[in-house]
Amino acid sequence: MTRLLGIVQKEFIHLRRDALALTLALFVPVAMLFIFGYAINTDVKHIPTVVWDQSGDVEAARLLEAFANSQYFDLKFRVRSFAEVTRFVDRGQAKVGIVIPPDFASRLASRQDPAIQVIVDASDPTVASSAINAASALGQARSLQILAQTIGAGSVRAAPPLDVRVRAWYNPDLLSAFFIVPGLVGALLMQTTVTVMAAAIVRERERGTLEALIVSPIRRWELMLGKIVPNLLVAYGQMTLALAVAHYVFGVPIRGSLVLLYLLSLVFMMGTLGLGIFVSTLSRTIPQALQLSFLTVLPSIYLSGLLFPLEGMPEPAQWLAALLPLTYYLKIIRGIVLKGVGVNHLWMEILPLVLFGAVIFTLSVLRFRKSLD
Amino acid sequence: MTEGLTKRFGHVTAVDHLSLAVREGEVYGFLGPNGSGKTTTLRMLCGILVPTEGRGAVLGYDILRQPEQIKAAIGYMSQRFSLYDDLTTWENLTFYATVYGVSRRERAGRLAQMIRLADLTGQESKLAGQLSGGYRQRLALGCALAHAPRLLFLDEPTAGVDPVSRRNFWAIVRRLADEGITIMVTTHYMDEAEHCDRLGFIYQGRLIVEGPPATIKTTAFRKPVLEVSAPDVRKTADLLERWEAVEEIVRVGDRLRVILGDEALASADLVAWLEGQGVAARAERVPPSVEDLFVSFVDRERKARLREQLRAVGG
Repeated sequence: MTRLLGIVQKEFIHLRRDALALTLALFVPVAMLFIFGYAINTDVKHIPTVVWDQSGDVEAARLLEAFANSQYFDLKFRVRSFAEVTRFVDRGQAKVGIVIPPDFASRLASRQDPAIQVIVDASDPTVASSAINAASALGQARSLQILAQTIGAGSVRAAPPLDVRVRAWYNPDLLSAFFIVPGLVGALLMQTTVTVMAAAIVRERERGTLEALIVSPIRRWELMLGKIVPNLLVAYGQMTLALAVAHYVFGVPIRGSLVLLYLLSLVFMMGTLGLGIFVSTLSRTIPQALQLSFLTVLPSIYLSGLLFPLEGMPEPAQWLAALLPLTYYLKIIRGIVLKGVGVNHLWMEILPLVLFGAVIFTLSVLRFRKSLD
Repeated sequence: MTEGLTKRFGHVTAVDHLSLAVREGEVYGFLGPNGSGKTTTLRMLCGILVPTEGRGAVLGYDILRQPEQIKAAIGYMSQRFSLYDDLTTWENLTFYATVYGVSRRERAGRLAQMIRLADLTGQESKLAGQLSGGYRQRLALGCALAHAPRLLFLDEPTAGVDPVSRRNFWAIVRRLADEGITIMVTTHYMDEAEHCDRLGFIYQGRLIVEGPPATIKTTAFRKPVLEVSAPDVRKTADLLERWEAVEEIVRVGDRLRVILGDEALASADLVAWLEGQGVAARAERVPPSVEDLFVSFVDRERKARLREQLRAVGG
């Protein structure tokens, strides 16, 4: 016990002396959250818009006013042909084109389907999804208003809803902050635990102090645990900070039990710390360890469903994803944070995570022991 | 302490049936060139490497069955000094003391003693990374001694340290031995071997000679060692190279150190032979240094092995 505490104490001194590393460990994730959180903010406003109003009547003008008032659309250009709309969008001068048919007012009056066309440049998915959402919402809001007017005039027949047809020209990819921010917390957790763990062991090897520890009566598990405990504390600190930012800055609701989340995070980190130990057995120097850690984390970032939905990936990629602990952890953290689900809905994720944790950890510790001889 | 200790790595035999005994309270110098098996032997004695063959005991503990007891009872200092550069002198000592299970109560007194012994007064709160080579070396020694071991293994403790620090270091080692601590030290600085009570020479995994430095010099090594000075050192060396009585020539500054193969020869014989070649030289018999010993032992060993191999081939 004294020996274990000795290691823990020493690791904390390392952390304290290396203030830069500690600051980085705690604040880089927060900075990342901010960068990612805002970069993926779907609320893009003031999108340059080109309008071809073929009707030129009051109803159409009112609709366009609503588009402008929403602040999502800047009605910058007015044109007189579809070719011109196309040209503005192609050149990128406008991201959205609105086409109002010539018989807009009369169709609305005769309760026919008054379709307007909204063309969205979806090459930038964030702008596109923002425009699509705003346009759809506007269309719905307007048709309700019109319906209310009709009722107010004493008619019992429901008016046809105003149909805003959205055509995405390129394939839009829909991202949402709620979806990505909790996932990011998981990815950051993995990144730090793997890297810090690997670096902490390789540093000892590089300095030659590992040799002295091997000759000492310290047990291997004491050495491992002594390094894991401070690392876990830093990881939890990082996670707490990141969750706070997610909640207070991005308004991500935390609907489920935090205690459960922290407990299951421990299961997840068993596996990632094991990976870190594994990486340390393969590296002779710190730069090697960092590169290898990066290589370990990278597939998880791309394949775990952090950025792209799992369902959209080709089958082999999905099989690979099924082998990554982060895949399961993301489902857990999203489930707890966003849906507020309890442990009874998460068994299918917890079991593989426990299995991975146990296997990776055991293998790594065995490999670590061998690498010492 | 050991009997027929052998370690093979695959087909390579690093330590070949090594048997040696270190007495309590002595400074035992373990000498050999790089790759001769010194470190492998030390690692087996420390209980961190399992021998392929043979037995051994350290402080009464069996190296195969009680490695943990051995680890707790010995001190080990590696040539890399094993210090944490971002920890202070005091913190390094504290860390190693806790790792060796020194209780909090004993620690303060123990560490103060180490600071005095290793002559580290005034350096307590300096980061180890900021200490000079000599201080680092003594701090590493202090760390190895933090739990008051009865046996100390020093693996090339003076590598890369300036001569003055090396002298100070040996003075401390001597003091420790006087206090009854047994010390086994490896080195390839031959001049340091003279500080040891007894020496063991290891070459290609075998112990080739063992004994106190003085005894080895006088009994095990009777060949004449001559210091030769001549006007043209190079030419003289080239000439001597051709004389079958010469076993070894080493150039030391503007002189030659010549080892003759025949015990009966004297300095006068060499001077006479050189005169016969038309060179006027002076020669003086000097006591053999440990280095001379080693070089000649290695040669003898090599020749013996060659003979052995030839015999095996010839059937």
